[in-house]
Amino acid sequence: MLSIHNLHAGIEDKKILKGINLTINRGEVHAIMGPNGSGKSTLASVLAGREHFEVTEGTVEFDGKNLLELAPEERAGEGLFLAFQYPVEIPGLTTTNFIKTAVNEVRKYRGEEPLDAVGFLKLMKEKMALMEMPQSLLSRSLNEGFSGGEKKRNEIFQMAMLQPKLAILDETDSGLDIDAIRIVANGVNKFRNENNAVLVITHYQRLLDYIVPDYVHVLYNGRIVKSGTRDLALELEEKGYDFIKNEVEAV
Amino acid sequence: MNDGISTIEQQVLRDYKYGFVTNIEADEAPRGLNEDIIRFISAKKQEPEWMLEWRLKAYRHWLKMEEPKWANIKYDPINYQDIIYYSAPKQKKAPKSLDEIDPELKRTFEKLGISLEEQKRLTGVAVDAVIDSVSIATTFKEQLAEQGIIFCSMSEAIREHPELVKKYLGSVVPVTDNYFSALNSAVFSDGSFCYIPEGVRCPMELSTYFRINAENTGQFERTLIVAEKGSYVSYLEGCTAPMRDENQLHAAVVELVAMENAEIKYSTVQNWYPGDKDGVGGIYNFVTKRGICLGDHSKISWTQVETGSAITWKYPSVILKGDYSVGEFYSVAVTNNHQQADTGTKMQHIGKHTRSRIVSKGISAGFSNNSYRGLVNVSKNAVNARNFSQCDSLLLGDKCGAHTFPYIEVKNNTAIVEHEATTSKIGEDQLFYCNQRGIDTETAVALIINGFAKEVMNQLPMEFAVEAQKLLAISLEGSVG
Ligand SMILES: Nc1ncnc2c1ncn2[C@@H]1O[C@H](COP(=O)(O)OP(=O)(O)OP(=O)(O)O)[C@@H](O)[C@H]1O
Ligand SMILES: [Mg+2]
Repeated sequence: MLSIHNLHAGIEDKKILKGINLTINRGEVHAIMGPNGSGKSTLASVLAGREHFEVTEGTVEFDGKNLLELAPEERAGEGLFLAFQYPVEIPGLTTTNFIKTAVNEVRKYRGEEPLDAVGFLKLMKEKMALMEMPQSLLSRSLNEGFSGGEKKRNEIFQMAMLQPKLAILDETDSGLDIDAIRIVANGVNKFRNENNAVLVITHYQRLLDYIVPDYVHVLYNGRIVKSGTRDLALELEEKGYDFIKNEVEAV
Repeated sequence: MNDGISTIEQQVLRDYKYGFVTNIEADEAPRGLNEDIIRFISAKKQEPEWMLEWRLKAYRHWLKMEEPKWANIKYDPINYQDIIYYSAPKQKKAPKSLDEIDPELKRTFEKLGISLEEQKRLTGVAVDAVIDSVSIATTFKEQLAEQGIIFCSMSEAIREHPELVKKYLGSVVPVTDNYFSALNSAVFSDGSFCYIPEGVRCPMELSTYFRINAENTGQFERTLIVAEKGSYVSYLEGCTAPMRDENQLHAAVVELVAMENAEIKYSTVQNWYPGDKDGVGGIYNFVTKRGICLGDHSKISWTQVETGSAITWKYPSVILKGDYSVGEFYSVAVTNNHQQADTGTKMQHIGKHTRSRIVSKGISAGFSNNSYRGLVNVSKNAVNARNFSQCDSLLLGDKCGAHTFPYIEVKNNTAIVEHEATTSKIGEDQLFYCNQRGIDTETAVALIINGFAKEVMNQLPMEFAVEAQKLLAISLEGSVG
């Protein structure tokens, strides 16, 4: 579904991604781990089409399409979803109104009729129950004054509403209390099926106890330097990143 | 589309969909202004002698006045001798019913989304339509008359209800009030008059559509609304003009009088032609709007959505004379390209326990300049006066300006006056967040500004809120991305 080849990207003169290779198939869950500043969020942003990063080399194919040619909203329409590490606040715009617009814009992109108020409400009720999303958040301004954990819950709720093909979760677990991690992980697990895929960016193997990945990759200094199964996450937890750094430098 | 915000220079010329010209023959005064022109206007309107005298007095006073310079706006000097002060669409005779109106004119109003016929049957909004200098048609007159409500053109009011006009015209905005109101008093050609008798709740929205059509003309309309004891009226005005590369002057005066327990709600959706993207052409909108809460427990509420005009100079005000009277001002002012707006309000607390509320939302884009100017004045005897002001500015891009000039004068120490102001910017991160959810930049901007302006939009009568929302979005089209 997603294949990244030799992706290089940066900002102004700063090189951040230095040759990423990654393939994700339908039904798979991949986890990316790596030290602070290694380029995890940058990779997510570049995939989502953030303009201030410049792609200097490489290709990205998403469901047969050249992803890099598409505008960010078209990528969303194609089914790419990013749960932001730092969701933004939009004062005055209610969360419900925002999500309704998003759902209908994506439907429009796919040539589907917009949901009317009744249809939307029905979908929202269903996903609210699934995600244990409190009603009170939805009638407030988008993310404004939300706690860190509430913002992350809202991201996962939007994922459930939009039903993307590929969901990239950028540190969705950070800032969540133990119960909230379980709720979010539950939401992701209910979302998973053989036709979609999830890319989880995290620092903690704890999340991976709940969302069990098929593959774990270590991103270090703009490159994926090691890939493995779940056990790699456990190993990292135990040893820290030093052993990776040593391995990389030895090469 | 690269960096969403910084490419504002690349904005496309937005579409001003009201920019058509109607080919109707006009009956015009020669260019320029002198006493003969005023006599010409007065004669055209078959006015009584007292009205002519009133105009001439205003004109003679105007000659001694100077154009105000204090507003935060810049424009080349206006040549008052180059303007046509009277232009009337030529109709064979005065229309007695809608069926007699020139079909070309009717089509104009249809293009504007005001089908006079439809209005008559469906929407339950009574419309007075003013094109250039004269009122073309007033709908629902008979139904309103059954309840004693007078809703007609100002010309008709001068002829048919001279005692009311004499009593109230100039009572809120004196002829000598300011340069533009004096000019208006001398040359005004039409406008709407509305009288709600004691205890009557006006059963429908009253509305006037103003349209400038002819070239080189100014529009100087005059509106007067009187609400007797315990009455209620909601009034809405809308304005559009063709695209022309000259600047046209619009200097209106609106006066509102609310007696004991009466309430007047006055809403404006102003969409005069704003000029092109380089700032060529557009309407100079110099307007004096003022209401007086004469009676105790009366209420006047101004709501304005200002998206058009090259220059807006406008401060709808309330004189809170009656005890426990309430004044409100809700405003959204959008400026794009090279538009300039200096707008706000004046709340004058004179009576005891008077309250006022000001909510101003300024949205600036392009190279525009948007200023809020407000005065809250509490006089010596205004015991327990309360005011709350909220002035928020939203910027799109970094070449536009937003300014706030709140003046507060308090002479009674029981008064509580609160002022809050914020300035924010539509951030690239907000737009990207929306994009990532499938929402394109244009739609995202519309969503964000509608959220920003919601508190004001909620004040508009239902029938117009949707239209006004669309207008906001259209005004900012092409301002990002
Ligand atoms: N807008 C920017 N301008 C300059 N440098 C940037 C910008 N965005 C990211 N960077 C730099 O790129 C590098 C990678 O950042 P990125 O956010 O991708 O790291 P990360 O792996 O997500 O880190 P963390 O685990 O802390 O979230 C960092 O050195 C960061 O400072
Ligand atoms: Mg990060």
